[in-house]
Amino acid sequence: MFALVMLISQLSAAADLTIEINRGNDDPLPIAIVPFSWQAGFTVPEDIARIVERDLHRSGQFAPIPREDMISRPDSSREVYYGDWKSLGVDYILVGKLGLNGSNGLSASYELMDVNTQRVIFTATDIASFSKARYLAHTISDRIYEKLTNIRGAFRTELLYVSSTRDTDKPRFRLIKSDIDGANEVVLLDQNQPIMSPTWSPEGKRIAYVSFETTRPAIYLHNLETGQREQLTNYPGLNGSPTFSPDGRKLAMVLSKDGSPDIYVMDLASRQLDRLTDHFAIDTEPAWLGDGKSIVFTSDRGGKPQIYSVALDGQQLQRLTFEGDYNARARVLPDDLGLILVHRNQGDYHIAIYDTKRRKMEVLTTTSLDESPSVAPNATMLLYATSYRGKGILAAVSVDGGVTYRLPSQYGDVREPAWSPFLD
Amino acid sequence: MENSKKFLLTLTMASLMLVGCASTETEDEAQNGADSSYTYSDTMGGSNAQGGDEMEIDEPTVVLKTVFYFDFDEATLSVQARQDLNAQIQALRNTKGVIRLEGNTDERGTREYNMALGERRAQVVADYMVMNGIPRYRIETVSYGEERRADYGSSESSHAKNRRVELK
Repeated sequence: MFALVMLISQLSAAADLTIEINRGNDDPLPIAIVPFSWQAGFTVPEDIARIVERDLHRSGQFAPIPREDMISRPDSSREVYYGDWKSLGVDYILVGKLGLNGSNGLSASYELMDVNTQRVIFTATDIASFSKARYLAHTISDRIYEKLTNIRGAFRTELLYVSSTRDTDKPRFRLIKSDIDGANEVVLLDQNQPIMSPTWSPEGKRIAYVSFETTRPAIYLHNLETGQREQLTNYPGLNGSPTFSPDGRKLAMVLSKDGSPDIYVMDLASRQLDRLTDHFAIDTEPAWLGDGKSIVFTSDRGGKPQIYSVALDGQQLQRLTFEGDYNARARVLPDDLGLILVHRNQGDYHIAIYDTKRRKMEVLTTTSLDESPSVAPNATMLLYATSYRGKGILAAVSVDGGVTYRLPSQYGDVREPAWSPFLD
Repeated sequence: MENSKKFLLTLTMASLMLVGCASTETEDEAQNGADSSYTYSDTMGGSNAQGGDEMEIDEPTVVLKTVFYFDFDEATLSVQARQDLNAQIQALRNTKGVIRLEGNTDERGTREYNMALGERRAQVVADYMVMNGIPRYRIETVSYGEERRADYGSSESSHAKNRRVELK
């Protein structure tokens, strides 16, 4: 296994999360991301090429060469001597120039070259305001990634997570939104009562979560564009596990107002509530299947927590998992590719991928106390929460298990990552 | 959260079901004792002697537990929890007002499942209180799952301290 232990202090000083890459792909593509040139007379707020380099590296599918190994720093294909790069073992080269676009805009014109065929295979110009320089870099990453892997890039996505301190007298809980690399963090909620289960709406403009701010758990809907938030539920007992339907119109949740925890679906326009399961056991952690017609959920109706599915009319209830005595909090992979879930194996909690058709469980993580998996919208990676050196941290693993990285927090414990949908 | 709740109540010993005094504390509970137990001394001059149960007359005061512990992945009352509750219930019969029961779990397992498990534990304690004469309307249950741990260690003894229902 190609092992690489590298600490990237990727972020500006204020950022909470840092990224440590533990392991890359078996056979990552060697690529040179040459620093972009810019005209004299203006200051570029970010090192654009460095951000692209780290994005591609974090995906596990690329091995960017160190800048100090570069013999020259061309900014256009005309200045590239392919032989130099071939001798460095590089397969692809990205070069580019930054310029001004109007009074407030930054433009990046760049070229991607294949060293073996000695041809330019992609050129583009992207623009953004100066304050969105990082976004411009992630845009370039997305285009290069898609060109070379044929998979849509997810570098312009965002992350929600919960952080907390351990002071039992003055506990502090924060709901934080950041770019997917941990930069640009925004504190959405800061309080002394727990916050749980943040989740994105499919269009990425609304989120839902559980807050105990009334001293009881309740589900809140929060509009990220207007900042407006609204308490959706206030039932006795549990009010938890909110999750938006694929069309964004409904919210599945768990309530125990009728005795035991059951799955309910709320229509967000009419606020009408439909009960989906009715069992004295624990039913919780709903997740929608891609067609929006069925829900998978955790239930201990068989004695131990296992994953079940049920259609929206409450029919076609079936048990999906059989391997092991603890399978919980499933998330659905796109295109019926299976489930990502928490699987207990010999007392340890790991993230596993479960092929529902072949009934095959594959454990993806080697850490312990793993929970809360959240899959990237392009289904290549997933984020999850785990414990590292006694602290709650976030970590990532590729869906094939080959790539891992950690996002430890500088302050307190972090948990419950929620990877946004595509936002571009 | 634990502030303002420490009060003293001397119980006349005749009123006490002795089970709570039969000291079988484990090491965990002994460590917890300082912050999880309240000492009651009866200011009501209680004389509500109970028949039928084991009695002991000569204990001057008794430490009433306000935290009741559970086994891993279990929401059933252990012998110890039952004894602690019996003593507490005796005292609560002489009080009025809301009894808030907060269910908690250890860190293992998923968070929302643990919310459900914490609720189950709080309800088991609530049901036991109702069975023993505390009116249902006085009891409020809430689960915190694993969101408010009492101990952040990862040893079995830390886990044991987190699997609890707290009486507030």
